[in-house]
Parts: sequence; C-alpha cells; structure tokens
Amino acid sequence: MAIETKSPAAARQVALEPFGGDASRALVERREPEVPAGARLVRMLVHRGTADEGGAFAEYEIPVEEGMVVLDALLWIQANVAPDLAVRWNCKAAKCGSCSAEVNGRPSLTCKTRLGDFAPDETITVEPMRTFPLIKDLVTDVSWNYEVNKQIVPFSPPEDAPPSAWRWRQADVDRGQEFRKCIECFLCQDVCHVLRNHEIQSQFMGPRFLVRVAALEMHPLDRADRLEHLRGAGGIGYCNITKCCTDVCPEHIKITDNAIIPLKERIADEYFDPLQIAWRRLTGRGRKGPGTSKATEDPKSTGPPETPA
Amino acid sequence: MRTFLESHPHDVLVIGAGGAGLRAAIEAADQGASVGLVCKSLLGKAHTVMAEGGVAAALANVAADDSWETHFRDTMVGGKMLNNWRMALLHARESPERVRELERWGALFDRTTDGRILQRPFGGHTHPRLAHTGDRTGLEMIRTLQDRFVATGQAVYMECTITRLLTAEGRVTGAMGYWRTTGQPVVFPARAVILATGGIGRAYQVTSNSWEYSGDGHALAYEAGAELIDMEFVQFHPTGMVWPPGVRGLLVTEAVRGEGGVLKNALDERFMWKYLPEDRRHEYAETEDEARSWVEALSAGRSTDARQPPELSTRDNVSRAIYTEVREGRGSPHGGVFLDISYLPAERVKRKLPSMYDQFESLAGVDITKGPMEVGPTTHYVMGGVRVDADTAASTRPGLYAAGEVAGGMHGANRLGGNSLSDLLVFGMRAGAGAAAFARTEAAVPDADSDQLEVELVALAAPFRRSDGENPYHLQAELQQTMQALVGIYRSAEDLEEAVRRIADLRRRWARCRVIGERAYNPGWNLVFELRNMLTISEAIARSALQRLESRGAHSRLDHPDGDAEWGRLNSVASRDRDTMRVTTSPVPEMPELLREIISVRAKAAA
Repeated sequence: MAIETKSPAAARQVALEPFGGDASRALVERREPEVPAGARLVRMLVHRGTADEGGAFAEYEIPVEEGMVVLDALLWIQANVAPDLAVRWNCKAAKCGSCSAEVNGRPSLTCKTRLGDFAPDETITVEPMRTFPLIKDLVTDVSWNYEVNKQIVPFSPPEDAPPSAWRWRQADVDRGQEFRKCIECFLCQDVCHVLRNHEIQSQFMGPRFLVRVAALEMHPLDRADRLEHLRGAGGIGYCNITKCCTDVCPEHIKITDNAIIPLKERIADEYFDPLQIAWRRLTGRGRKGPGTSKATEDPKSTGPPETPA
Repeated sequence: MRTFLESHPHDVLVIGAGGAGLRAAIEAADQGASVGLVCKSLLGKAHTVMAEGGVAAALANVAADDSWETHFRDTMVGGKMLNNWRMALLHARESPERVRELERWGALFDRTTDGRILQRPFGGHTHPRLAHTGDRTGLEMIRTLQDRFVATGQAVYMECTITRLLTAEGRVTGAMGYWRTTGQPVVFPARAVILATGGIGRAYQVTSNSWEYSGDGHALAYEAGAELIDMEFVQFHPTGMVWPPGVRGLLVTEAVRGEGGVLKNALDERFMWKYLPEDRRHEYAETEDEARSWVEALSAGRSTDARQPPELSTRDNVSRAIYTEVREGRGSPHGGVFLDISYLPAERVKRKLPSMYDQFESLAGVDITKGPMEVGPTTHYVMGGVRVDADTAASTRPGLYAAGEVAGGMHGANRLGGNSLSDLLVFGMRAGAGAAAFARTEAAVPDADSDQLEVELVALAAPFRRSDGENPYHLQAELQQTMQALVGIYRSAEDLEEAVRRIADLRRRWARCRVIGERAYNPGWNLVFELRNMLTISEAIARSALQRLESRGAHSRLDHPDGDAEWGRLNSVASRDRDTMRVTTSPVPEMPELLREIISVRAKAAA
C-alpha cells in the first residue's frame, strides 16, 4: 500500500461529466486542509454542480481513520475543503434514510458504506441518485415520492373498532413489522428500472409505496381496499419482479417476495380468477368482509384516566 | 425600496416535525386550526427515528401492579425531585392512552403471548413499562404520526430552517427563515407558534445526536424573551459506541441492558454493583444468580421475585460509573467498557435487538451474539428547556408554545429512558390544543413586522459579504471540544469559568464567519446560523452549571460532590437581558400533599 504524506490537493476537475455541462466553474475554496502526517489517503470523485449549471466530478483526497464510512469522508471534505458541498444526511446510523447516493455506481446509504470495503488504492466515485432530478452536488429532489404517498388510502380501522387496546398475536403483526422497517431512503425507487430507465413516474408508484400498501393491506385491522388503486394509478403491473429493489434495501426487506408478489396475487384473485369472482357474486362477500377481525377488545383496558385539575 | 417575501400565514405554526411536532400538528388540525409544519429535513427523518428502546406508559400489560402512581414516582425519583410535578403527573396519567391511540392509528407494537402490547424493562423504571417495536420504536412512532398528519391534508414545509421568531408587543407572531434547497427567505405569520425542535447534542464532540440538534428552538425562544430552565442538566447516555472512531458516540440502546446485557470492565468485573446508590440498592438483585433468574423470567414471559440487574440503574449513575472505571484504568482497549449480551441465545438477541445486531456487524465488524460490545458515555438529551405551563405547554411569552425535548421541567435532573417518547406524545398533544385555543382568541393572523424582517435579511446575507473570516466548521469543532472537555459529566468552577470565557471568545469570532458558494443547499452557510444557536445554549448550560453549587442527577460537580437540600428546591432560569444572559433561580413548584404521599409511601414500602 502506498503511503502518501503530501497535503491533499484542493479539488481538481476531472474529465468525467455524467450530467453534462460546464466543468470550468471554480468550485472550491483554496485552503490547504490539515492532514495528520502519515495518514493513509483515499481518492474520491464527488459529483459537484446543479441542474441548471451542469455538473462534473471533483477529486478529493481524504485522510482515512479506521471504521470510516463514505459519509464521514464527505463530511471531512465539507469541514476542510468545500464547505458548500451539498449532502443530505441526518442520523449517520442507518436509521433515517437521508444519505442515499450511488457509490461506485451502486445505490447505497453513504453512512453504511465503509471505506475499508474498497481496495486501498481504489478511487471511490460518489454520485447523486440518478432517478430523481438533481438539486445540487449529491442532493436530489425526492418530492415526487411524497406526492405518490399522499394518494394512498391511509390506515382505516373498522368504524366500530373498540376505543381501547386491541389484542392480536405477534404472528399477526410480524409481516407488517417487516414492511414498517422501511426508512424511506428511496434506494429501491432509484434502482427500479421502471422509474430509472422508462421514467413513467406518473404511472407507477415504485417499490417503496408497494411496500407501504402491503403493510396497510396486511394490517390485522385495516378495512380499506386499495386494489383498484394498485392496478390503476399505482401501476403494479409494470413491476416484472427483477428484485433489484430487494437487492439494495438497507433494511433487508424482501420487497419483491413478501410485498409485491402477494399484492400481485391479490390483484389476480380479484380481477382475473373466474371462480373467485363467481363465489363473490354468489355469496355477496367482499375480500375484506365483516367478522374477520383477529383483534378483540381488551376486557381489562379502560378509557383514558380522569386527570385531576 | 420594497421587498416582497414569500409568506405562508397559519393559525398555528409548528417548528419541528419529530414526534412532538407531529403530535402537536395533528391535535391543532383536529381542533380546526390551519396548521403549517416546518422541518429542517425531509418529513420523517427527524431525530425521533433514532429512538430505539421504547415508549414508557403504565399499561400494566406485563406487570399487573404497575400504575400511573408508580410511573409518576419513578419519574420524580429519577429526576431527583427537581421535575415539575404537574408535568410528571399528566405524563404518567395520559401516556397509556397516547400509546393506545397510536395503535388505533396503525402502529404495530410487539405483543405479549396473550396478545397485548409487550413492555420491556428499562433503567429506573420499577416495572417493565416500555411498549416497543423491536429496537426501532421511534421509527414506528414517527411513521404512524407522519401518516396521520399527511392524511389531514395540512401544509408541510420541508427542508426549511427557521432563524428568527417574529414578535409584536411582547407576543410571538410568527417566524422567519429560509428554504435550504434555494436559500431564499420565507415568512410564516401565525397566531401561535409551537417549538418542537428537539435537543442540543451537536454542541458536544461525542454525541448520539444528528446535525439537526443544534438547540434551535431553545435559542429562538431565548431570543424572543422566553425563559429557559435547568439547562445544566445534559444527559450523557451510558452506552455509545467507542470504536471505530467514525462511529464514536453512536447510540447503543438501553434495551440491550433491558434484555439482560451485562457491563464489565477490563478485569472482567461486573462493576455496577459498586455504584448503586445506597437508598436504591434494595431495588436491585444482590447476586449474579438473582440477576440471571430475572433475565430468564423476562425471556419466558413469567413473573418473578428476582430483582432487576444492577445495569438498570438510572442513566446518570451508569454514565458516572463507566467514566470512573475508565479513568481509574480499568477500561476496554478503546477507552470504554464491555457490554455483553452474547451469553443469551443468538436467535433471541437478533429478534429483540435487530438494529443493534446490524449496527455492530456493519459498522464495527463485531457480532454481538458472539462477543461483547465496547461502549462509553455519549451526549444524548437535554433535560433543560423552554419553561412551560404543564397543562397547555405555553411558554412565558404569549403565543409561544414548546413540547418535547425543547421544553424543560418534565424530567428534572435526569430523564428515565422511554420517558421522552411518552413525553412528546402527551405534551405534543397538549401543545397542539393549547396553541389552537390561543389562536382562536386572536382575531387575525398578525402582519410580520418589516423592521424585524429586514434585520434578519441582512444577517442572512452577511456571511457571504465578508472577503475573509472564520470557517464555521472550525468554530463548531472548537465549541465541541470546549463543551466536551469543560462542561461534561464531571464539572468544576474552574472548568466552567474557562468554558464561559471560551464561549464568549467564540461568539466574537462567530460575527466574522465567512462562507463561500451560492445560497442554494449550502451547508457551510446553514451552519453559521446553527452555530449561533449552539453558542447561546452552550452559554446557558455552562452558566447554569456554574450557578448550581451541588451535584444532582446529570449535573456532577467535583467541587460540590453532594446534593444540597436548598438547591433541591430551586430550578435554574436563564433569560435574555438585552445583550447579556441572566441566570437566576426560581422555586421548584410545590407538590400537593396527596402526591407527596404517593412518593414517600411507596419509597417506604420498597425499603
């Protein structure tokens, strides 16, 4: 391993222009950062620029500490070389899903991607998620996701649900809990070829929201019916189960197997299975008929206690 | 010349979209107010997502003899009786219903074998009391609240930083700030404003808090003339990661100890027994065997006469114990101690602590089912905050409300684990109701005062205008070193006086902060204003700590090592007097005799 002791040069522009545009903009402050003598340096290419002005890769050399992750390196650049480097992050603990980017082409949480996982002399390239419009540097406009989310019918318990605590078994909530681990990093949306390559955002809600619908549909007390929405505006038919979403999920949710395929099966039962359609016509019972609730009122529970004034 | 600013008037403006802000916004909307919810990050990313262990509520699902009285007593005893008794009472009585309400809104908590909400034990709680979803309870709560609020159709303003509260005739009449994505200014005139901005951890070097925790709400309230109380009480969570350096400070949930995790030093001694306070020793197991049989009973879901392990002492006490073990040379290789849960079946550890398993595996290369973790104290929570009325969450400034971590009083000198999630539900709801009621009394949304807007516009532009000056990142690093070294777990007059001097010097240098680049998504520029807030709250913490001549809860003075009865009857109060900070005291609110009996009767019964 080559040990470099020279002070890292302030960012140099290099001839990689994934978003096109003018690479001649002065992007960094000319201040030589302090680097501990003898520190190992990692070379990183970071996308800089905005949608309007175009972007280019800037090169940085970062002193490496043990256990450092890509986000640490980006924050080091901010603190020492380029204080205006735009990075979206919050918890740095893989719990909030803010710091999503593409590291050497792979959609990743930068807070969970360790520098030690790369070869010592490997250049690490960090780009914004490509599926969403660029705002600046590594930050993209993910507001589309929030709009899609608003279209989903929210949790809808039965009107006559008891006002106190409900009873259900752990097995009844296990599956829902798997889906609710989602931290909304939108890496699954980023990698999904329906959104990334075919760009039919107006016709397909994407894996993240299929997971949310699955969580609602499999909730033991939910009574809403979202199948028409899934088949129509949700565009579940566009998913051809290539499992790329499952592959990048940092929460290891089995998006395709546990959420999307069961929803597709429900759609098939509801709209395409002649026997089931005939049965429903005969009995007059819908998919989510009354009397199927697994929850019962907790007999010992009472309403809110009176609070003395 | 006239400047036109983007403006969004609302009945109630909520600043902060973590648990407290969301719960407040839901309540205000339910009461018919037009609500604007502003957050620095994207919706659903707030610090509440990092809460792991659970939400404390006396549901009595696991321990049938739990009750609001017991929860109230544990909270007051844990807070060393400095708490606002009325807040502790409302909290203990209302948290069970707030938790059940979340379930009605779609939350999925873990279950007992008979189908109720499962509750786990936590430090300082005498009964298993924390409703939880594995070790990602905060995420479950914030998603539930987020979905509920989104369904109201009210306005959410994401990635927007508030830098100033607007005032008129002593009242708070709205707020001003800028969009992070464009850097353009924006004004929110409002009949009432609720602060729900969380904590202050980023003023310290080692912290479990995200960058957002820069004391914004504390500083906004202070600048607007509201009082801050008990700012010296900063909770250092006993178990943060200490290795590798990149993750130093990252939280290791107390649920590890709640599920049976054992603390040991480099000599393989289980040291917590040495540090149990004498008056509470009877609440803890006497032998390893007793502690083990408590863990076994917990795992099997049956009741037991065995008492809880000593690791479940209150956080202030466990942090001091770890600090002392390390200082006296019995620490682990990287300056912490060992936390071990690998003696339990691997499958159980993975099921109950999935994100801890993942965190250590992916970030430290440690398999917690096979060996111990290395842990040490990390800055976690501020007990102090905006002085509020218990019932309505009103601050001492009309029109201004505060809920969650930014509010003070509820937790006294030390917060019990799990009480923050219940705090934000109970007082988030009350703040929403209080602010909506206040808004109804105001005839119109007040106009923003153009002088105040102009002052803030100039302040926002200033760092770009300087051709040379201080790098805000370097100033923040110096502030963090100062707070870590001089205003940490153990304090002294000498250190605190030095801290006050250094903070004053940093404040002078702050006025020369310079940034480069454009306004759009410029974190260096954003940091300038967060740094202003961190300097204000750091001064409040150091000055309040200097004033309190005793050790109590999370505040430990080397030069005043014991509690003092006189100080035990006083809250600290920090407020703005023109351009200087005034720190005084105010009597702790007198508790009614009935509640005093609840505390003393139970203390005697346990003895």
